[in-house]
Amino acid sequence: MSLELEKSVPQTPKKRTFSQKKKNIVSGYLFISPFYLLFLIFGLFPIGFSFYLAFFSWNGLGAMDFVGLNNFVIIFNDPLFWKSVYNTIVIGVMGTAPQLIVGILLAFALNSVLIKSKSLFRVAIFLPYVTSIVAVAIVFSVLFSNQEFGLVNSILSIFGIEPITWTRSEWGTKVAISAMVFWRWLGYNTIIYLAGMQAIPNDLYEASKIDGATLRQQIWHITIPLLKPFILFTVFTSTIGALQLFAEPHIFQGRGGRPEGITVVVYLYREAFDSNFFGTASATAIALFFLIIIISALNMYFTNRLGNSSKVGSK
Amino acid sequence: MKQNKNEEIGIKKFSLSKLLVYTMLIGISLVSLFPFYWMFVMATNSNNMINKTPPVVIPGPFFKENFEKVLDSIPFFGSMLNSLIVASSVTLGVIVLCSLAGFAFAKLEFPGRNILFLFILGTMMIPPQLGLIPQYFIITELGWLSQLKAVIIPGLMNAFGIFWMRQYIASGVHDEIIEAARIDGCSNFRIYWNIVIPMVLPAFATLGIIVFMTIWGDYMWPLVVLQDQSMHTIQVALRSLMDDRVRDYGMILSGTFWATVPLIIVFLLFNRLFIKSITDGAVKS
Repeated sequence: MSLELEKSVPQTPKKRTFSQKKKNIVSGYLFISPFYLLFLIFGLFPIGFSFYLAFFSWNGLGAMDFVGLNNFVIIFNDPLFWKSVYNTIVIGVMGTAPQLIVGILLAFALNSVLIKSKSLFRVAIFLPYVTSIVAVAIVFSVLFSNQEFGLVNSILSIFGIEPITWTRSEWGTKVAISAMVFWRWLGYNTIIYLAGMQAIPNDLYEASKIDGATLRQQIWHITIPLLKPFILFTVFTSTIGALQLFAEPHIFQGRGGRPEGITVVVYLYREAFDSNFFGTASATAIALFFLIIIISALNMYFTNRLGNSSKVGSK
Repeated sequence: MKQNKNEEIGIKKFSLSKLLVYTMLIGISLVSLFPFYWMFVMATNSNNMINKTPPVVIPGPFFKENFEKVLDSIPFFGSMLNSLIVASSVTLGVIVLCSLAGFAFAKLEFPGRNILFLFILGTMMIPPQLGLIPQYFIITELGWLSQLKAVIIPGLMNAFGIFWMRQYIASGVHDEIIEAARIDGCSNFRIYWNIVIPMVLPAFATLGIIVFMTIWGDYMWPLVVLQDQSMHTIQVALRSLMDDRVRDYGMILSGTFWATVPLIIVFLLFNRLFIKSITDGAVKS
């Protein structure tokens, strides 16, 4: 290399850059290769094989039998599959929609200049996110215990409400699981909104105040439109997270699971690792993949419109 | 002084709305903190005391006994160690591999660079469950079932990390420095090792925290591939506390408490860095 340098600097810079170019190409490919290698083995191949396996009947040990679309027919005719789709969507909406709304309000409060000890509130609200999902699911399983002495049931009894068998009731299960999601992720989303709000210049609020805008008008016409990229991000990530819900129901209702709380991923897990129906489990994985695409697209479409319409309104 | 400032740039000036905001913040903070307190209350009470109406709301004397029951029931410290090994190895590996790839994407010219980078971004859209079943069989074929590397090796594949490091290196490391090092005869790897790494340590902290937290809390994949009890991560081990037909809540929450405390302490010590890391990681993507 030093030899090249002597030659190249005065007369032929092209030669040096060329050989450096070659070196860059080689090291470039070398440096990025670990990802592609890992992705080939643990990403691309398994995904391709999932699509393949979805057309076969296989118990994991014996021969694979080609069954065409039969796996899809089986799961689409299984009421439990549709139940799992329904549960996933209901829990997803119940767990995330209130969370995002409260998150925005909370961030707005934390962003207000009048509030003291902000960092203390920030830490308190963020703390649940540091807790692992399993720990959250266990703590809430005990909070929402079926027994009379469970804390939530005790509180309800003050209002004269009979104890609820949370793990076996249609709405009880969904409320408990949504509460876990809400509690763990509220702080995370609040902090993201807060970061977005801190980027909004204060002049805008001042100017609107001079124009006589109320607090609600400020939120709706300044904060929300300018926060749109952040809202899109949180809606996108929470949607995907909600559709992949697994640990919470799997822990709350125990290993066997129950129809009230079964989600698509729990259904997939049970098909594969409890029943050894790897074909139908793969078909479920593919159905989930398309479900995620469809719901994310719908969600992004509507969230995008929400931002636009309020922008139009502010003009 | 504070008062004057409020007059000028305050969003709300009425003390009623201020009161409302404080009430909301304090209320939500209590909701956030209560489960931790309650976890401690349960962890210090015997099952007999818990199974009473009205429920216990103050800490009891069974702190030690409950944890001893946890130790009888699961290999608690072994599982914590497994989690620590897995999360640390993945974090370290991801930091090195992703910064190396990020450096290549940010500073080295090679054919197909943009397409290859877009491809990596695209892989972030794939739900992890899509390949779950074949992944399980690959791990079986490799003979890695119930070995920690079954979690560590696939964990090294981190598209977000590459994206994150590329963005940071592209703006944080100037081309002149790299050019100067080249004139001094540095190879690309040497440039990465001696020049890029010292300059991107803040990005390492952010990525490291995010990766560590994700791997530490991961549940489904370790549950699938780490089947021997001795190889459980703490998350899988905690869940098995729930298996008994008659649940000993004091014991269960004692385990959960002790598995949660270390992370909480680390978070409280570095809460600014933590919160900043999580926000940056989310916002900048």
